[in-house]
Amino acid sequence: MAIDYIFPTYEVVRDPNRCTVCRICETQCSHQVHRYDAGSGQMLCDEARCVDCLRCVSFCPTHALKIKKNDCAFRQNANWSQKSIEEIYKQASSSGVLLSSMGNPQAYPVYWDKILINASQVTNPSIDPLREPMETKVFLGKKPSSIQRNPDGSLCTSLAPQLTLSMPVLFSAMSYGSISYPAHASLARAAQVMGTYYNTGEGGLHEDFYGYGENTIVQVASGRFGVHTKYLNAGAAIEVKMGQGAKPGIGGHLPGMKIVGDVAKTRMVPEGSDAISPAPHHDIYSIEDLRQLVFSLKEATQYQKPIIVKVAAVHNIAAIASGIARSGADIIAIDGFRGGTGAAPTRIRDNVGIPIELALAAVDQRLRDEGIRNRVSIIAGGSIRSSADVIKAVALGADACCIATAALLAMGCHLCRTCQSGSCSWGIATQRPELTARLDPQIGAQRLVSLLTAWQHEIKEFMGGMGINSIEALCGNRAMLRGIGLTQKELDILGILHAGE
Amino acid sequence: MLQIQANTLDYRALNEKIRSAREDCLITDCLGQRFIADGLQDHTVTIEGTPGNALGAYLDGAEITVRGNAQDAVGDTMNDGRIIICGNVGDAVGYAMRGGEIYIKGNAGYRAGVHMKAYETKQPILVIGGRVGSFAGEYQAGGTILVLGLHTDGKPISGFFPCTGMHGGKMIFRGDVSGIVFPQQTTSHKLTAADMPELRPLITRFCALFGYRAEPLLADTYTVITPDSSNPYHQLYVAN
Repeated sequence: MAIDYIFPTYEVVRDPNRCTVCRICETQCSHQVHRYDAGSGQMLCDEARCVDCLRCVSFCPTHALKIKKNDCAFRQNANWSQKSIEEIYKQASSSGVLLSSMGNPQAYPVYWDKILINASQVTNPSIDPLREPMETKVFLGKKPSSIQRNPDGSLCTSLAPQLTLSMPVLFSAMSYGSISYPAHASLARAAQVMGTYYNTGEGGLHEDFYGYGENTIVQVASGRFGVHTKYLNAGAAIEVKMGQGAKPGIGGHLPGMKIVGDVAKTRMVPEGSDAISPAPHHDIYSIEDLRQLVFSLKEATQYQKPIIVKVAAVHNIAAIASGIARSGADIIAIDGFRGGTGAAPTRIRDNVGIPIELALAAVDQRLRDEGIRNRVSIIAGGSIRSSADVIKAVALGADACCIATAALLAMGCHLCRTCQSGSCSWGIATQRPELTARLDPQIGAQRLVSLLTAWQHEIKEFMGGMGINSIEALCGNRAMLRGIGLTQKELDILGILHAGE
Repeated sequence: MLQIQANTLDYRALNEKIRSAREDCLITDCLGQRFIADGLQDHTVTIEGTPGNALGAYLDGAEITVRGNAQDAVGDTMNDGRIIICGNVGDAVGYAMRGGEIYIKGNAGYRAGVHMKAYETKQPILVIGGRVGSFAGEYQAGGTILVLGLHTDGKPISGFFPCTGMHGGKMIFRGDVSGIVFPQQTTSHKLTAADMPELRPLITRFCALFGYRAEPLLADTYTVITPDSSNPYHQLYVAN
């Protein structure tokens, strides 16, 4: 119907001088954009289906293709953008809830880009990372509040269980079901090679990956998919998912179309039926109930595994974190409002939650003020895009950062934000076998290792430049940061001075 | 049989004794210790007294019998094994249960059997002799919940809002449930002869455990609640 027509977002531009009609674009596109027309001997395209995943552009042997934003335009309007108008059209014709993938793309402030890092000069010389060892290893877990000694005076060295990371970065939770089997294989292998961890997400743990258990964090979410004692004992730590940055406060809904084969078996949901995760855990209605769940997990695994509680960054996150620190949890993972997702309602993703930079600073400060900072380690996530973001996060108080979108990008994602369609042309956010075959876990793992290795080198350079030789000396070290273009209130919440001060 | 007197033990010490026992255990003077037998895979544990919350959470093959009442979160995320309660239980019994059996002689509180799930041979069973509180069977994705309504205090067999979000499995009530409002995404039908082979062993076992006669219960009428499609909560989304 004409009233429903939304003009295509993208234009597929094909250079006729370069195109050899090899038809590779047709085989590579998973959205049926390109087709060969036998009559004219030319390639045609249905640009309405194009999602700008850039698969065809990357694979065209003569680089004949480019994807442009369609310049068909509504009348200029600073208030009613093209997106706002089209979203009304979509809802008026379908009565549906708008569903999007990946993290909040709206133009909210990115505080990482308004924070600057110190370097040493003259009075406190920098350290040369080429000459001197830089320690990037971190331990996540409960730390004691005081030194304990044995009766003979020797140091008591028994600690609560810790996770050991070679550098302050680990992989965030992405469920098997939202991403493919080879994507999980890549993450598991890379975590093992780098000496860090990946997270099963709430889809359970495929039996093929139990061998990577020492580098696996197993998640217990409200649906308790795949949760049994072998699962709990298989991982190095257990994460209780209370919320996620992309969709704070609401539950999850994996469409029936993605519940096939091994996904259905691992989640114990009938094939084709939607897998629903309720909004709260219906057995955790208070902080006391959370403490009860944390200790039931500790008892079931005999206190061998640190327990992580993952929350979305929301209002009063500092008070929430204080409660979690007192619940017996060993690690708090905070997920900022930019966090990614396979699918979430657009409105929730774009309007609910707060930035991780502010949440992290508030939590770290509150726990220090209350004298309980040692009870938990803090993991920060929700858009960590580079080693600079990692350094700033550590300086604001994080013990480690977790990455998901960055990891997917390393594996070939082009952030087209169409994961919810289940037709990811890069073989990552799909269960279709002909597409998942496109992701070779050996290459995926290698690229993840390369990314983290590069970041580790950059982190060492930053540290040397600041005159710090151990990442733990940077944790919560706000004096290493300065703000730029921030209001006094923002500077106060971040706990940093303005550049020049 | 190892006898453990629990009245001076905290839950951690009590659980260590249970785990290290290479034989069945009898716990006496249980005074509300939580987390008893969590994740336990083998042996039998019998409890006299009152266990605390989260009894048998993540149970993975062991059998627990309580000669009295239990509290909240009995059999939470249970995978295998059996829990027998010769009394009442509190809230959230069998939350996210994925296998095994729970038999309760008396009543259950709120949120019984929430998000129970099943797959092929893993078919969890929750049998409640008395009544259930509100929100029973919420988000049920599989398995069977049987409520017999043998309580004698005159209260209704179910509280408010049973089976909200149900998308698999079945909930069976003995007797007349016409007074109870079920969500529109579910259907109910009177138990037929075809359903009996599934129901018979549950009733027979319940009666054997708690000293009831099976014949009158087997002859009674039952109502079976199931989701009315394979995808009843398929929310209408539009890709954005």
